[in-house]
Amino acid sequence: MLKVHRDICGYCGCCVSVCPEGALELIDAYLCVEKSCTVCGICAKVCPLGALEVAHEK
Amino acid sequence: MKNKYDVLVIGGGPAGAIAAKTAVEKGLSVCLVEKRPAIGAPVRCAEGLGKEALHEFIDPDPKWISAEMTGASIIAPDGFLMKLESQLAGSKVGYILDRKVFDRELVWKAAEAGADVAVKTRASAPIINNGCIQGAKIESCGKVSKIAADIVIAADGVESKFSRWCGIDTTVPVREIMSSVQYVLADIDIDQHSTVFYLGNEIAPEGYLWVFPKGDRTANVGVGISGKKSGEGHRAKDYLDRFVKKTFPHGKPIEYIAGGVSVCRPLECTVADGLIIAGDAARVVDPLTGGGIYNGMYTGRLAAEVAAECIETGDVSRTALMKYDKTWRTSKMGKALVRNYHIKEYLIRQPDAKLNEIIHSVSKLNLRDFTTLSLIKEIIRVNPKLMLELGTLAASIR
Repeated sequence: MLKVHRDICGYCGCCVSVCPEGALELIDAYLCVEKSCTVCGICAKVCPLGALEVAHEK
Repeated sequence: MKNKYDVLVIGGGPAGAIAAKTAVEKGLSVCLVEKRPAIGAPVRCAEGLGKEALHEFIDPDPKWISAEMTGASIIAPDGFLMKLESQLAGSKVGYILDRKVFDRELVWKAAEAGADVAVKTRASAPIINNGCIQGAKIESCGKVSKIAADIVIAADGVESKFSRWCGIDTTVPVREIMSSVQYVLADIDIDQHSTVFYLGNEIAPEGYLWVFPKGDRTANVGVGISGKKSGEGHRAKDYLDRFVKKTFPHGKPIEYIAGGVSVCRPLECTVADGLIIAGDAARVVDPLTGGGIYNGMYTGRLAAEVAAECIETGDVSRTALMKYDKTWRTSKMGKALVRNYHIKEYLIRQPDAKLNEIIHSVSKLNLRDFTTLSLIKEIIRVNPKLMLELGTLAASIR
């Protein structure tokens, strides 16, 4: 799953623009991850601050 | 707020504000919605704008001009400095804005002209009938309503979702998003009338680092790197922190800003039935400079002009609205986007040694008009063999 580290997130929307599924949405200062997320990791790669993490389920 | 307008504008940045103002002036009823609780904040911008570009839309006002620029410097990967000045030494070439106040002023002008404005109000879905966009579902402080509109202008920025909900793919390719971070850094030694651009793979891979003065001893210090080059341990923030530690070790950050800037080609089509897409949402940021304020205002104004014509004739189909798409693509701005995209593609492929060579060719340039085009022309003039390397692109630069 995709984990949002809200203490790091600068709610800038960089991730939203690259999401191929349109699964991210920035509502003011709150980044929402929708069910259509395929955990591809593109957003985690481009985040300027490192606020997104692909967490592998155990 | 009513439940029906001629035009619904989504987004209260420069594109949306100019669109709303222009539409009202054309006699239309207009509502502008901004999802954030405050117009202009948080800032997502290095705030630089050329003199002519600004003057085309609004007279400068000290309220929202942070600093006036008389020149710029480009620093090569090896530290060599190329100085750019106007042919008229010391004359003003551009501004660093205070976007918080500037954006507010533009929205205020739209409101003053007669537009309804709502903040902390977001469009959460389009209303589509028979394939035509006819308004949006609106969520405002927990209340859900619908606003019908003959035309929706989507000016919802880099994180644009509205056009995507209407079936238009707005995804920015990973290699063409500039992953960016900026500090407003206080108490630093700078030339307060000159912008500085740092190039190089060590400093900003496939992007650049900027120092844009905000006044005496304060500047926007930021970096944008290609999304392709970003990753754990080498993100935009890592690059910026390394630079600041080395260059401005005693600087005090008074604002911390993140952002994404698209440097891709514009959307393949920027209209649909009942929909016009403007500004960053249309991906019309200048791919070479990352500048989006002028292009946003230009497309915002044009969107409203075409909307007014189409509403007048009663035809808001994609075919009718295509006039917007066609007009901006063939405009000076549209042509510059194509040209600068190719130049960007050329530059990001050059190793540091080549960038050094190009910048070393001249230590001081006096530009007749202070634009990226005249800078490029001058650089080619002193590096004639670049003409060959640029190939077919060279023709568009003459």
